[in-house]
Amino acid sequence: MKHTLAVLVENRPGVLSKVAGLFARRGYNIESLVVGETEDRTVSRITLVVEGDERVIEQVSKQLNKQVDVIKIQDITAEETVDRQMLLIKVSVADQAARQEILQLMEIFRCRVVDIGRRSLIIEATGEEGKIEAVIQSLRPFGIKELVRTGKVAMVRGAK
Amino acid sequence: MEPGAEILVKCLEKEGVEIIFGYPGGAALEIFDALHKSQKIKTVLVRQEQGAAHAANGYARTTGKVGVCLATSGPGATNLITGIATAYMDSIPLVIITGQVSTGMVGTDAFQEVDTTGISEPITKHNYLVKDAKQLPRIIKEAFYIAESGRPGPVLIDIPKDVSSSQVEYEECNSVVLRGYKPNLVGNKRQIKQVLKYIRKAKRPLICAGGGVISSQAEEELLQLVEKLQIPVVNTLMGLGSIPRRHPLSLGMLGTYGLAQANLVVQSCDLFIALGMRFDDRVTGCVEKFAPQAEIIHIDVDTAEIGKNVRVDVPLVGDLKIILGQILEDLSIGSKEAWWLKLSNDHVLPTDKLEEEGELTPRKIISALNNILPENAIITTDVGQHQMWAAQGLKIERTRSFISSGGLGTMGYGIPAGIGAQVAFPKRPVIVITGDGSFQMGMSELGTCLEEELPLKIIIFNNRALGMVKQLQDLYCEGRHVSVHFKRTPDFRYLAQAYGALSLRVEKQEELAENLEKFLNYPGLAILEILFSPSHNVYPVVLNGKGLDEMIWEDVERDHKEVGK
Repeated sequence: MKHTLAVLVENRPGVLSKVAGLFARRGYNIESLVVGETEDRTVSRITLVVEGDERVIEQVSKQLNKQVDVIKIQDITAEETVDRQMLLIKVSVADQAARQEILQLMEIFRCRVVDIGRRSLIIEATGEEGKIEAVIQSLRPFGIKELVRTGKVAMVRGAK
Repeated sequence: MEPGAEILVKCLEKEGVEIIFGYPGGAALEIFDALHKSQKIKTVLVRQEQGAAHAANGYARTTGKVGVCLATSGPGATNLITGIATAYMDSIPLVIITGQVSTGMVGTDAFQEVDTTGISEPITKHNYLVKDAKQLPRIIKEAFYIAESGRPGPVLIDIPKDVSSSQVEYEECNSVVLRGYKPNLVGNKRQIKQVLKYIRKAKRPLICAGGGVISSQAEEELLQLVEKLQIPVVNTLMGLGSIPRRHPLSLGMLGTYGLAQANLVVQSCDLFIALGMRFDDRVTGCVEKFAPQAEIIHIDVDTAEIGKNVRVDVPLVGDLKIILGQILEDLSIGSKEAWWLKLSNDHVLPTDKLEEEGELTPRKIISALNNILPENAIITTDVGQHQMWAAQGLKIERTRSFISSGGLGTMGYGIPAGIGAQVAFPKRPVIVITGDGSFQMGMSELGTCLEEELPLKIIIFNNRALGMVKQLQDLYCEGRHVSVHFKRTPDFRYLAQAYGALSLRVEKQEELAENLEKFLNYPGLAILEILFSPSHNVYPVVLNGKGLDEMIWEDVERDHKEVGK
């Protein structure tokens, strides 16, 4: 099962490599990893998606906790969360009709067109994994020239 | 204003450091220069950096203080790595200081540059690359605190040359603020109640005392608990010495090369109380077959060890000294019956008594040592058969007196660890038990013994073979011996002479007692070489995939052709 871990770490050079290195050497797989500063500039938040059973996740959390630079770990898998990924996708545009069709599709998905070229469009999408997958599927017939996406960021709903 | 290196030394003095084991070099020039001015810190020059880490390890294990070692960048740092890993696996508190190329040069593949913090990451509890000399007081304070608190371990501080030389204002640091590091020390009250409930219920309880008992200095509490409840104790290799071996409730080492009595009580107990141990595979044998009738209480300071290797019925996290104190406070349980007595009486280790005529065997050496060694002796070992014979048979009576590389199994550890012990305790006899293979890995440190006038007593179990690997080849490769027999070995007597050491050699049983006495009474460095046949293997042994009660005793290898002879 996939687990989402929110890991607060000291915002210092080398910390990310410590966390990533720990996963590699203990044989855990990282599905995705996103890291960035938080409301406190001295703290970074790493959002990790890890595949594994309860036992594996427990070990992952405990080993992470042992790192001096790791401040707090929360397994938010079971929580009510808002989670988002972001996608940038460059699509081929064969003709005017295709362009229209793509723009309409993107309207439905509430995606934004962020660059228009003669033969291509760059589209920006944010949303949950399901939506991102759907956007990609819908654009595939037009010809995807380039695709880049982030891992998941997540936040627990409510006052917690 | 003063240079970073002097601030470093000032901070080390403040931490109470008296000895640094080290080896100089270009990137550490300023640090050694600053040490030159120190009245409080003595520097011991080793012969190779790995020796510095092992010596600091031996110093830390015998004293309970943090061991400190120092090396230069590049090869100095990489030579330390095996020593750091050894300390990491055995949870030994070290502070390792390495020089580094100047910050401006970092990342340019400069002369003697290596990514020391990167390389040491997986084998340190924490590490630092210092970028500003002003940070040194904070970093050193933190490093010592991290190294010795919670589950101890090595902490590395990498200091670039320009940081050592840069002139900054010294600002004292007296407190540690680490929001990501708060070891749990006091045991959860509810869990302690659970522990007591399980102990009360148990008919055949057993305690397994690991290295954690020693590192938390809980030996006294352990003894009280054990004597009150009359629960027998087995030890991991790291736990030897936590209870006097001649104590009637002490059953010795368990595990792959454990004593039969110890392994059999493990398999028969109904409650296994694990104190400061981590259920290493050399301890459990086949983990599915481990202590099949037992519920398991696991008390350890490291949360991540609980449930890592075995299922646990009652986990309890905290410092053992504190927790055993808490347990003793609430203890109202009567003493247990001696359920283990028959098992242990029926399965004592054959001791190959000296009175028996005939061949000189490793077990006879061990019993001769038991007869003659004073109680305050410190034993260090190398790694291999001699280590297991020593761990099985030696009567270790005092804590912090049996110093051996457990987790990593590092050959070449014995002599430098002995140096650390002897520097810490100049008056106590320090005996290094080594093999002819291990000795040749660590023998460069004889130079350190000579220079520092350390009266180490080195016993070489010489079977002209890498005996433990030979044994594995006997057991797993149908006796095909490859790269385990030394066709030619240097004459260790001349080597001893070169280092100004007393040299003795024993080949026959009848020469043993007399030579041992002469050897131990010699005031200076002495090397005693004892020759015996490579056909002797360590028994009992638990083969891969077997449970602890499925030990074998037979001298399997005698059926195989001896290739090396």
